Amino acid sequence: MKMNTHKYMTINGEMTPIEGERNILEVIRKAGIELPTFCYHSELSIYGACRMCIVEDEKGNIMTSCSTPPKEGMVIKTNTTRLYKYRRQIIRMLLSSHCRECTTCSKNGECVLQSLAKRFGIDEVRFDKSEKAWKDEYPIDRSSKSIIKNPNKCIHCGDCVRMCAEVQNVGAIDFANRGWNLEVTPAFNDPLADTDCVGCGQCVAVCPTGALNVNNQINEAWEAINDEDLRTIIQVAPAVRVALGEMFGIADADKVMPLMVAALRKLGFDNIYDTSFSADLTVMEESAEFLRKLESGEELPLYTSCCPGWIKYAENRHPELMPLISTCKSPMQMFSSVVKEERKVNKEHMTDLRKPFVVAIMPCTAKKSEAAREEFMTDGEPDTDLVLTTEELGLMIKQAGIDFNELEPEAHDLPFGMYSGAGVIFGVTGGVAEAVIRRLVDDKSHNSFNNISFSGVRGLEGVKEVTVPYKGRDIKIAIVNGLKNVENLIKKIEAKEAEYHFVEVMACPNGCIGGGGQPRSDRDSRRKRSDALYSNDKLAEIRHSAANPFVTRVYKVIVRDDAKRLLHVHY
Amino acid sequence: MGRKDINKTNEKRFENDAERQYKSGAGDRCGNICENNCENNCENCHGEMYDFRELDDIIMQAKLIKGNLIIILQEAQRIYGYLPREVINRISERTEHTTAEIYGVATFYAQFRLKPIGKHLIMLCQGTACHVSGAQKIEKTIKEELEIEDGETTGDMLFTLNNVACLGCCSLAPVMMIKTGEEEETYGNLTPERTLEIINGLRHLEEQEPENEKEAV
Repeated sequence: MKMNTHKYMTINGEMTPIEGERNILEVIRKAGIELPTFCYHSELSIYGACRMCIVEDEKGNIMTSCSTPPKEGMVIKTNTTRLYKYRRQIIRMLLSSHCRECTTCSKNGECVLQSLAKRFGIDEVRFDKSEKAWKDEYPIDRSSKSIIKNPNKCIHCGDCVRMCAEVQNVGAIDFANRGWNLEVTPAFNDPLADTDCVGCGQCVAVCPTGALNVNNQINEAWEAINDEDLRTIIQVAPAVRVALGEMFGIADADKVMPLMVAALRKLGFDNIYDTSFSADLTVMEESAEFLRKLESGEELPLYTSCCPGWIKYAENRHPELMPLISTCKSPMQMFSSVVKEERKVNKEHMTDLRKPFVVAIMPCTAKKSEAAREEFMTDGEPDTDLVLTTEELGLMIKQAGIDFNELEPEAHDLPFGMYSGAGVIFGVTGGVAEAVIRRLVDDKSHNSFNNISFSGVRGLEGVKEVTVPYKGRDIKIAIVNGLKNVENLIKKIEAKEAEYHFVEVMACPNGCIGGGGQPRSDRDSRRKRSDALYSNDKLAEIRHSAANPFVTRVYKVIVRDDAKRLLHVHY
Repeated sequence: MGRKDINKTNEKRFENDAERQYKSGAGDRCGNICENNCENNCENCHGEMYDFRELDDIIMQAKLIKGNLIIILQEAQRIYGYLPREVINRISERTEHTTAEIYGVATFYAQFRLKPIGKHLIMLCQGTACHVSGAQKIEKTIKEELEIEDGETTGDMLFTLNNVACLGCCSLAPVMMIKTGEEEETYGNLTPERTLEIINGLRHLEEQEPENEKEAV
């Protein structure tokens, strides 16, 4: 019989257990030492390019900890004079060819290069500033509605390249050229808008510098707010409320929503509504579509249509699946259609008849592109006038000088600010499926809904399967997030290795809570966001979409028999 | 310079190649890739004027080889003379590689070209021996005479200039190699005057050639 099988390694003189970590870096971080890195992300493949995570063993060998597997009895040091010297040198070298105009950079204050330069006390760069750093040699790519690419600020860590290819299976960008001319770019140096880029913004989320940015539209928001002739209407997506607090140091993610409403009012928006309301509409429409297809024996699975990154991906790679994707508009677009329709059909009951200007606060960068799609234009104007990300909203609040932590909690406006718990959980992977399941089950009690949450529908795994009984038959549901997982699932379905009735797709890892427009996150913070959404759901008075009284009213007063035009779309 | 003109130079280059059963690059009909056998504009080929048959065969054969991309690109460049966008897209469609990845590989290695080259590829040695013997003077002469920069091609598609590292015949420095089709000619002990003579000589030959062809007909 074997005794204690734990393996140990020594880090800076302290014994640390090895518990299946794939590299020393993770063991070191577990031991509470935060080694600096540019190119290491636990969810991406190991690249070993930035050399910041170097460690020294007892023989004086220096190795990158990210690419070295831990071994029993290993003795390493993380902070010797040599390592310190080398790290400082690496930063100096990076800075020598990097623009150093931090004050006017979009990532000012959030840049990893900037913060590591500060951490290592770089007060001078002995090398001449290269030409590249002085003048903006490469043109800035503003072609995409979602993402702005500024190659002048790239440090070639390759995080975006690996994220795009490995996690999202898009591969729109890669390294091109060599040596001094190395550049991250789409094929043929095409503008990003002309590539397979789905706009998910995951590249922005991992970019350590200002090389990849979200298309900042804050100025347009300020203009709209200060335009007396516009009625500015806010819709807030579910995932925003559980992430915004991170920008203001609030730990209780589930308590941020009322503060956010107060902040939005202080910013000067006229009506504060919620996209969760139209998520309820989506549940109604999508369930109806699903049941219709199920009962008439039409081809299944039904793929969800809320995620614009997924829609774009399907258009690019799987046009054959387009007929299987739900015809429901995304909740954001449903909301805008309904709100704008209200002014046309319900004029006599409205007090504010100014031109509506819908601002959507989204965790998502792809939504910016979605809002600009031709399908969502009415009379040449976009239904959703402006999409801001969570980070942009946080920035606006800071710009306005609002002390977020001192705000008094406030509630949404009615009617479009009323939502069910089912609408709120749309922001996390599995949420849309769970909301639809709630619509399908007969028992609408609190207990019944709580039981659904244990069916396997929750959790941040990339792919989940749930089977739900419905009228004597088993409904098989797949829940998938991250486009690489989506691709694998599609292949499985194509090969007839798996069969589903309903497939929920979210393009970003862990769903909208991990969206490209959210504050920087890791698995832990995304777990917290997910928990907060489920806790918001649990506290909701109404927990399934059909019970939302305003949903019923909207169908009666605004949608009437025009659901096809207002709530559905054909891509 | 249209695609058809490029094709002309390609056609000539491939004339004597018995192995090649069909003309590559642009074709007048889209051939077998399009089952409708139409005049270049049906839905199957979208007016695409590249004959992909040989390329597709190569991709099929290379599919099982790990790290096959460079092999495919080399073969593609052999067929088309360079790597046109349409060809890179085709390779991407038929393999697991994204266009961005292929573009990355194609721009990393000096052996791949993304633009068509002229009939005569001038490879001017910039190695140490040539450098000290005045390769820069030769480069200046060529650039001024042909009005092109390094890596560029003249408007009449006759000449492309490529600076290269050592050609391996330092005793002849400064030296250049001119590749015309499959033939290579090396010129050593260059002076600016001699360089001009060589270029003009090739030009002169070119002017005569069409007449020769006429006579042949």
